[in-house]
Amino acid sequence: MKALIGVLVMALVTYIPRVFPLVVFRRQIENIYIRSFLFYVPYAVLAALTFPSIFWSTGSVITAAAGTLTAILLAYFEKSLVVVAVAAILVVYVSQLIAAAV
Amino acid sequence: MERKEEYADGFRKGIPIGLGYLPVSFTFGVMAVAGGIPVSLAIFTSLSNLTSAGQFAGTKLIIAGAGYFEIALTTFVINIRYMLMSLALSQKMEEGIGFFRRLLIGYGVTDEVFAIASVEKKKLTAPYMYGLFTAPVIGWTLGTALGALISGLLVDSVANAMGIALYAMFIAIIVPPAKKSKPIVFTILLAVALMILMETVPVFSVISEGFRVIIATILAAGTAAFLFPIREEAQQAAGPEYGEKSGQAGCETAGQSGGEEAAR
Repeated sequence: MKALIGVLVMALVTYIPRVFPLVVFRRQIENIYIRSFLFYVPYAVLAALTFPSIFWSTGSVITAAAGTLTAILLAYFEKSLVVVAVAAILVVYVSQLIAAAV
Repeated sequence: MERKEEYADGFRKGIPIGLGYLPVSFTFGVMAVAGGIPVSLAIFTSLSNLTSAGQFAGTKLIIAGAGYFEIALTTFVINIRYMLMSLALSQKMEEGIGFFRRLLIGYGVTDEVFAIASVEKKKLTAPYMYGLFTAPVIGWTLGTALGALISGLLVDSVANAMGIALYAMFIAIIVPPAKKSKPIVFTILLAVALMILMETVPVFSVISEGFRVIIATILAAGTAAFLFPIREEAQQAAGPEYGEKSGQAGCETAGQSGGEEAAR
């Protein structure tokens, strides 16, 4: 029961920031700097979420670095989300096996 | 476009997101059940929260027996970034979308849904948004169910490797547009530099992870907006003819318009 309430609390505090601006800001913002700021937000927030956290995502900095490099390379050649994600997982898995064998 | 076509267009662009969510939500299912969360609650968590970082952190706190306030605060801080995203989307929404439809659209605003919607070169309609988050909701919930059900059978090496999935997906979203726009590269590098700074300098390291992301985002995007403001015409210029293409193509054109603008 305690866990269920916890999950409902999480759902609520996740939903509020998502829906609040949609309901409140219904008019176009004219200011060019605010518009530009909002244009750059996704790149800033996704980059900040990814680095440096990605290096601690697999339990080993070395295997994570191998996966990161794979992801960046494939993303550079504009492979799809699925291809990039699955390839990164595979490279981390294989480099774990290699690290264990060495 | 017709309502139905709008939904179909969104749905099509959401499929890669939904597939990309599978390994990540699978990891969540494994983690939750391994920590003692019932399978049904793990699935309900994914369906009701529909978020990555916040949900992982909140569930870990539940497993650790933390209080509701700590769970709420931690999850909220990690999720404040959605305010910036929804604010950006509110500016791209078609006129006249009513209150209740906005309530529904708000449910589906994830990092990836936002990433695709925000680079669309057209006004966002309600059916398009519903379509866009349909496959992600299914992928996120289904992946959690699969992970939760086979949790006990999975070896550590596989679970460890899956930890990178979420981040790999973020990289796949930001790198292609960055290739064509120096301001975007600047934004990304500055955000990362700020994250590293806050993590390594002792004074800042007391700031929680969620707040660090918010600070880095506001400073990096703010600096980029100040140095490389994007004129209205440039944002609209690449418009109609790219509207029909896939999300990926949309990303590229957004990057291009940013780059061209900065070159002036």
